[in-house]
Amino acid sequence: MTAQMAIFLVLAAVAIAGAINLILQRHPIHSALSLVVVMAALAGLYLLLDAEFVAAIQIIVYAGAIMVLFIFVIMLLNAGVEERTNMSHIASYAGIPLAALLLLELAYRVARASAPLVAQPTPEGATRQLSLLLFRNFAFPFELTSILILIGMVGALVLAKRDE
Amino acid sequence: MNELFARYPILLVSLVKVAVLLFVLLTSLAYMVWFERKVAAHIQSRIGPYRVGPHGLLQPAADGLKFLMKEDPTPEGADRFVYSLAPFLTLSLAITTIALIPFGPSTIRIFGQDTPLVIANVNVGLLIIFAITSMGVYGVALAGWSSDNKYSLLGGLRSSAQMISYELSLTMSVVGVLLLAGTFNLSDIVRAQDGFSWHFLPRWNLLSPTLPQLLGFFCYFTAAVAETNRLPFDLAEAESELVAGYHTEYASFRFAMFFMGEYAAMITVACLAAILFFGGWLSPFPQVPAFAWTHYLPTAFFAAAGIALVIHGVRYITALGRVVLPAWGLVLCALAFICSRPGVIEVVQGPFWFLMKVFIVLFVYVWVRWTLPRFRYDQLMAIGWKVLLPLTLLNVVLTSLAVVAHK
Amino acid sequence: MVPISYYSTLSAVLFGLGVIGFVFKRNIITIFMAIELMLNAVNLAFVAFSRALGQLQGQVFVFFVIVVAAAEAAVGLGIVILIARNRQSLNVERVNLLKL
Repeated sequence: MTAQMAIFLVLAAVAIAGAINLILQRHPIHSALSLVVVMAALAGLYLLLDAEFVAAIQIIVYAGAIMVLFIFVIMLLNAGVEERTNMSHIASYAGIPLAALLLLELAYRVARASAPLVAQPTPEGATRQLSLLLFRNFAFPFELTSILILIGMVGALVLAKRDE
Repeated sequence: MNELFARYPILLVSLVKVAVLLFVLLTSLAYMVWFERKVAAHIQSRIGPYRVGPHGLLQPAADGLKFLMKEDPTPEGADRFVYSLAPFLTLSLAITTIALIPFGPSTIRIFGQDTPLVIANVNVGLLIIFAITSMGVYGVALAGWSSDNKYSLLGGLRSSAQMISYELSLTMSVVGVLLLAGTFNLSDIVRAQDGFSWHFLPRWNLLSPTLPQLLGFFCYFTAAVAETNRLPFDLAEAESELVAGYHTEYASFRFAMFFMGEYAAMITVACLAAILFFGGWLSPFPQVPAFAWTHYLPTAFFAAAGIALVIHGVRYITALGRVVLPAWGLVLCALAFICSRPGVIEVVQGPFWFLMKVFIVLFVYVWVRWTLPRFRYDQLMAIGWKVLLPLTLLNVVLTSLAVVAHK
Repeated sequence: MVPISYYSTLSAVLFGLGVIGFVFKRNIITIFMAIELMLNAVNLAFVAFSRALGQLQGQVFVFFVIVVAAAEAAVGLGIVILIARNRQSLNVERVNLLKL
């Protein structure tokens, strides 16, 4: 059991526990905090995969900004605990095992299909190469995403404004 | 356990470094409070704490005891888990960033292993520090919400909105330094500031020959003061507004955790300012043989402080002071002697200059707090978005033009 | 050395959990968070395969996925605020005006 394997198992367990907690919790704030835990665990996994820049970006943008936006909206709308459902009992007794079966089938197929893959060594100065790729080969999508964010900003402002 | 350490000796070494750094950090957090109260008092023409121990030096201990012994009530409608989580999150995240700060260039031997003076030398160290500080918003927002108190919620939302807005300017103001250094690694950023222009002006990023990062430093310092919720940007947590904001409903130890988290964030920001703009551990004197006497400056500093403390202490008012102050003076003199030994003198150079710079930045922090009036909240947000962000973008453009022209 | 199939299996499990959360939860914001969980699972798969093939294009695509998720979260939460204002409830079963 190498150190890498041990760290991977711990982080994977934390991620899965966070995801299950997201589904099981009834208050949206607790679900949001579980999702932040999942994202932090994923950032740790990215660090394990030698993708340092992506790990830092995941924490800064995803866990540090997008999830804060979620938490702001939950606080603003004063979301409370979920009400009791009026889903029929048959649906839940049949649906949950079927969903678990779907999950296991998906995981099994993916594991089988990616079994022959082996990790290649990461090049030195990966951040520099990543930025060169981003600004040379992918410059057009990069500019498009900046326009996309501008559209998103304007759209969110217009949507959430109160009619004066 | 022993074979785990035998297989990965870096674990034991890191543990020792973490323990030492944690002890030093927590002590300096406590004495930061004392320092601020003393400086504030002298700015306001009074003395500050001077009863509890000589010169009030035992005041942090008294405060700590008080915090531990006070009653710790939890509001009735509060969400228990989140209410306990918020101060813990704030403090632990603020303390974690110190693990990435390099204190010196040399390597020291612990348990037979040569190890640098930094706990984690990550290649994207600067980015990880910003990532951890951006998670600090959660502590504030969750504290405000979970207190089940309208004023806390408003204060928490305002505080966290302010922190997010100034985080952008904080990160962008550092891009100029990154352009000059070409790397995110903090040790390499300091090494890129080595050397002297015209043989006497240090090539720190503040006075860089390519483009002096004065605008960058100004934006960084303003954004940092706003990010740590200090005056003049502390409307969301000031005592006279919103009943102390997001930490209204917190008492005793949880409030102390918020307090310590704020000071730890201040120390982190000051360390970063020293590394990014003031040359980190580099000495302001050229490293030529003519200036070899500057290697004895740490010794001289500690010796002077020790002798002054001894002379002042033997004539102090209280009996306790007459014993304790000269004792500390003698300890400082012994430290000065140790710093002049040939094995220690090279190792102590880097951390000495680094800590001096951090101390000066912290002093300016406290000075600014007790001199300037407070901004109103809408003025605060307007400055963050309409003034600082365009200034940082201008800094990025100018620096990149200067870097290209310099090549 | 951790085999790459472990990472992609974990990504599949997280994706499946996201689908389960999307189908079974009734609060709109929680459904939204399940969508974000699915996007994160896909990001993990991208980074794992980028490491497996030794190229950095996977990480560039992760960058774009994160940016698109940010824009989508902003607009989506704006819509959620509007729904909450109009229907006075965050329960997705109450948004049923177009139902037969």
